[in-house]
Amino acid sequence: MKNTIRQVFHSPKFVVGFCIFMAILLTMLVYPFINPGDPLKMIGLGTFAEPGTYVSMYDSVGAPFSTFKIPDADVKRLDKLLTQDDRAKMREWLELAQVDVSELDVGDMDSLLAMWKQHYDPEIRIPGMIKAVRNYYIRLNNSILSASVSDTLKVTDTDEATGETIEKTKISKTDYVNVDDVANVISLPLGTDNFGRDTLKQLVAACGVSISIGLIAGAVATALGLLLGLLAGYLGGWVDDFIMFFTNIFTVIPSFVLLILINYSINQDQRGAGTVALVIGLTSWVWTTRSVRSQVISLRNRDHVNLSRLSGHSLPRIILTDILPYIASYVMMAFILQVSSGILAEAQLSLLGLGPKTTEVPTLGLMMNWAMLYSAHLNGSWWAYFPVILVIALISFSLNLMNTGLDQVFNPTLRE
Amino acid sequence: MKGYRKYFGKKLFWFGITFIAALLLNFTLPRLMPGDPVSMIVSKQAQGLTEASAVKAIYDNYAKEFGTSKPMIEQFFTYVGNLFKGDMGTSFSQYPRKVADIIGSAVGWTLGLQLPAIITGWLLGNILGALAAYVRKGFDKVLMPMTLFFSSVPAFGMAVTLLVIFSITLKVTPVAGGYGYDMIPNFSWNFINSVLQHYQLPFWSIVIISIGGQAIGMRSMSIYELNADYVKYARFLGIKDRKIVGYVFRNAMLPQVTGLALSLGTMVGGALVAEIIFSYPGLGTTMYQGIKMMDYPLISGTTLIITVMVLVATFVLDIVYGFIDPRVKAAQFE
Repeated sequence: MKNTIRQVFHSPKFVVGFCIFMAILLTMLVYPFINPGDPLKMIGLGTFAEPGTYVSMYDSVGAPFSTFKIPDADVKRLDKLLTQDDRAKMREWLELAQVDVSELDVGDMDSLLAMWKQHYDPEIRIPGMIKAVRNYYIRLNNSILSASVSDTLKVTDTDEATGETIEKTKISKTDYVNVDDVANVISLPLGTDNFGRDTLKQLVAACGVSISIGLIAGAVATALGLLLGLLAGYLGGWVDDFIMFFTNIFTVIPSFVLLILINYSINQDQRGAGTVALVIGLTSWVWTTRSVRSQVISLRNRDHVNLSRLSGHSLPRIILTDILPYIASYVMMAFILQVSSGILAEAQLSLLGLGPKTTEVPTLGLMMNWAMLYSAHLNGSWWAYFPVILVIALISFSLNLMNTGLDQVFNPTLRE
Repeated sequence: MKGYRKYFGKKLFWFGITFIAALLLNFTLPRLMPGDPVSMIVSKQAQGLTEASAVKAIYDNYAKEFGTSKPMIEQFFTYVGNLFKGDMGTSFSQYPRKVADIIGSAVGWTLGLQLPAIITGWLLGNILGALAAYVRKGFDKVLMPMTLFFSSVPAFGMAVTLLVIFSITLKVTPVAGGYGYDMIPNFSWNFINSVLQHYQLPFWSIVIISIGGQAIGMRSMSIYELNADYVKYARFLGIKDRKIVGYVFRNAMLPQVTGLALSLGTMVGGALVAEIIFSYPGLGTTMYQGIKMMDYPLISGTTLIITVMVLVATFVLDIVYGFIDPRVKAAQFE
């Protein structure tokens, strides 16, 4: 046993797969301590907040500040203010107003602004320009003016008793707040999803649930497959015929279809993650049964088994001591593959809207389902779906890699 | 040909048995669940309906359609009888269209997409796997982990990734559907062109996914065959390498045909989910709509058609296998 394990860990493929899988497991265990709380809590009100660090505007107004004079602060401010699109529109206006723009480079902020300030006049009416577009230019001009002209911003409040406006504080352009001094800063490395939930926190939780679904499904399928395969292979006769009859049928009928039919028949409020895992396990035992059976048939008439039988050992004992050790490595490999296909099956079912109940636990498939329902892929919210795909791919890649590694260890012809 | 009769007969027998089992499952699974299936469907269907007479009308309609008042066996025969008449009931979500009609218009798209894609993926995968086994060294070391990674990406994941890269960012392919929104299916050049453009992404996402698994299987098989005694013997005899490789790959191909037959169900399932991402007008999208709209007859119809398609494809592969495997051939002419 010890020797086998040492041998397995000498296979580079197995080790790489094992490390990836362990890294995922470790993140799952450690992350909830770094960022505790309910992963399904809706913290944001909008949908799909971009990844990044969010600083409370309210808190940063009162926070102690330092003054910094940074030369290109104005340029940066305008850069952030004017998108490439805005700049192209500005050039378009200048062109329409018959200003010579042949020398103008839209990338050069200074000359564009200089020309804009020199020529733009909200009073000028350009023939053929609709009102909405004209208003857009007026707004654009206002924001350019406010960014470049006023040096301070006043924060005011209304006195509740008198209704008077009181000036609270003045913010100057050169005031900077240390992020540590702001009471409320949230870091959302993967933004929020369509419900305003922290995507990273949810992803970590979902990863755990999905892996346990895979483990349960894999365990059920392997146990069932092993049992049926042993019975069919060792006992033979009508038991074999009976089991193989069903195995043959279920090999051809896609388990995907069975999953859909069964899950559709279970009402959504009864469909927890555990139920889904169980159903996946119950529909994917066929592979293990077939291969365990064929291995047992080849083992059945080996000398050591015959000897055991002649010594009058009981059936469970023969199976446990003379047959199982020979197929253990194979069963382990089948289990690994079934964990991976269980995770995938859950994801596919959830995408179809037949996954676990949505309100209790996040799963990788459910996250994907919500992202797709809210067209995250069409509106550019990559953080809502891409990490999920990547995590599914990584989990199943690491499991497949372990499986290939084991295959090479136990199957000497495949060794490099 | 005569010798094959027994082989085909056996395969046909199993095909028949499996078909009946599929019908039975499609029929019984939704009915086995605790409670009255009709009232369950009605409660889903009638959400938001307050008028009792409307709910009653829906209930009666279903009770008639399912014939739940009659014994199970009789229900089954009515169901099978209707099926053979091509009647799968009426869709709720697309009332008054017949389920058979809706499925009929979707089957072509799914077949046209999946059949070529799976065959292409299988061929490319086998070529890659064989090359990896033959060349070994660098090719094997770099390419195999990569293929393994790509085959680990779920089909829908690949679909979303390709969609975002090619349709949304690069804008070289259309975003959704099987043809332009502004078109009516006909045989004009314009329409065919639009169909071809919409075909690219779904096609390649299925191909890329299926390459991986096939390549890995083919590689193992080829390595196994390359180490076989007959190869060494042939080398001693001085037979040209090219010729040996031919024999080896022919032998390694055989289990791959069986492998394809066995993994067909999984591949089709994945590809059907990928269809949803592209809103491709095939069976996957139809089924998804059925699930979303709680349209029971539509779901039951699509699952049945998918099962039958996989059954037929497996049967065809079995027949092909019979012709190409010399062992089967020999057994028939003994």
